[in-house]
Amino acid sequence: MLYALLCYNSEEIVGSWSKQEDDEIMARLTVINDRLQREGKLGPTARLMPTTAATTLRKAGKGRRLEASSEPPTVLDGPYAETKEQLLGFYLVDCKNLEEALSITKELGVANPGGAYEIRPVSLFLPGSGVT
Amino acid sequence: MNDAGWIDLALRSARPRAMGALLRYFRDLDAAEEAFQEACLAALKNWPENGPPRDPAAWLILVGRNSAIDAARRRRKQEALPDDGRLPGEGDGPDDAESALADRLDGAHYRDDILRLLFICCHPDLPATQQIALALRIVCGLSVKEIARAFLVRETAMEQRITRAKSRVAAADVPFETPGGPERAPRLAAVAAVVYLMFNEGYSATGGDAQIRAPLCEESIRLARLLLHLFPDEPEMMGLLALVLVQHARASARLDDDGQIILLEDQDRSRWNRALIAEGMALLDKAMRHRRPGPYQVQAAIGAIHAGAARAQDTDWAEIDQLYATLERLTPSPVVTLNRAVAVSKIRGAAEALELIEPLAPQLDGYFHFFGLRGALLQQLGRDAEARVSFDRAIALAHTPAEAAHIRMNLDRLSAASPRRKPPRAH
Repeated sequence: MLYALLCYNSEEIVGSWSKQEDDEIMARLTVINDRLQREGKLGPTARLMPTTAATTLRKAGKGRRLEASSEPPTVLDGPYAETKEQLLGFYLVDCKNLEEALSITKELGVANPGGAYEIRPVSLFLPGSGVT
Repeated sequence: MNDAGWIDLALRSARPRAMGALLRYFRDLDAAEEAFQEACLAALKNWPENGPPRDPAAWLILVGRNSAIDAARRRRKQEALPDDGRLPGEGDGPDDAESALADRLDGAHYRDDILRLLFICCHPDLPATQQIALALRIVCGLSVKEIARAFLVRETAMEQRITRAKSRVAAADVPFETPGGPERAPRLAAVAAVVYLMFNEGYSATGGDAQIRAPLCEESIRLARLLLHLFPDEPEMMGLLALVLVQHARASARLDDDGQIILLEDQDRSRWNRALIAEGMALLDKAMRHRRPGPYQVQAAIGAIHAGAARAQDTDWAEIDQLYATLERLTPSPVVTLNRAVAVSKIRGAAEALELIEPLAPQLDGYFHFFGLRGALLQQLGRDAEARVSFDRAIALAHTPAEAAHIRMNLDRLSAASPRRKPPRAH
């Protein structure tokens, strides 16, 4: 079974770590990552940029209709802030800029109306090779 | 990280929001600070045992406010009892404090609370250095000692400066009502300007003192991030954060081991902080979507072009020239033109760049960088005697030993070449 482990913490506090504190924590995590990698259990891992770098695409429709949506979505600055919807999945796409990422997201939104996509740049990406 | 470390971080993060709310309540900086201090002491006692509260800022606001009310009660008790013998403070006020506070903690308020707090520190009546010092003290919570070190002055002098700034702010009478849209924009602009000044204060100081001035850059980045959190759809706030991140990314490559300046084109680019550059570029990308260019976005774009060049010779100077031309239109200033001249010298040669800056002489007569660039351009043109005069003037105007040392290095190159045997032109 594949499990996605989603990391949550106070951004204010993590953002206040000094370079040294950040390095120390990353070093401890690397030890675990390396072991999981050797055991063939580790897939891709990513550290996301702060939510100030996020853009949200609010899709048209309420998600009850199953047919493809023709209404235009709304693009908002900042992270996805609603709590009445839950994280159901994620994509990792390689784009040259935000514009390209938004155009892919809009395409997904037409196929799958309702809800939202938060587009967040990735600051650190380790591909991992244990999971195929 | 141990308890003390964690609590310290939580207190620092909660500070702007808690101070903003306490200031709205007390309408007095000293009272708000005192209440916040009390709340921090209580947190240090309470949090290790009971664990961190869900919302540290709300906890601090509540405890800070209550401790101030208790102090007021104690003061009143020391005064004479009223004739009817009833103890003052009972049933005449603070009982409903918590319910009233619950209303005040409404999230919609906190954005304006923090903006007000910052705006008060950045009050236009204060000189720039006092604005920065006050913001570092009140909003960022740096100690007077830390601020004094960053400004290279004695602690007592900084203490006086901050006290003076506080009393001027108190006299200035900033309105405490929640600002409407039209007032919010100039407040935000004033605050952003001080955040940028704070960054520059830390950035342009170099030499042996660079390390102790780094907090100015780091705190300004925190404030720029805070502003963007509060105003997530303002492209200029994205630009401001992008600008300070991209500039700060070069910090560790800007000085050599002896504290001497290394020019951008000579820096070891592998020492630039790629994570900060990537974040800056992502923010700039976001900002451009709005198609509302402003000075911070344009300056960030210039920084991003430098950051994106793998080697100095790969720099897209034509694009930088264009961006400086845009900046000249948005915020005309001789300093912007001076910066554009660097790009012009790379594209069209030193003679044309010199022509561009000569008319600036009357306005930039006391500006170190003017004479530094002028000297370098004259040197490139083989006009060594004039270059020497310009470099001498630059040394006289240098702010730090490193700036002076850098110009002296250029002078040494001039002296090393005898007047009869001119060195070959650099280009």
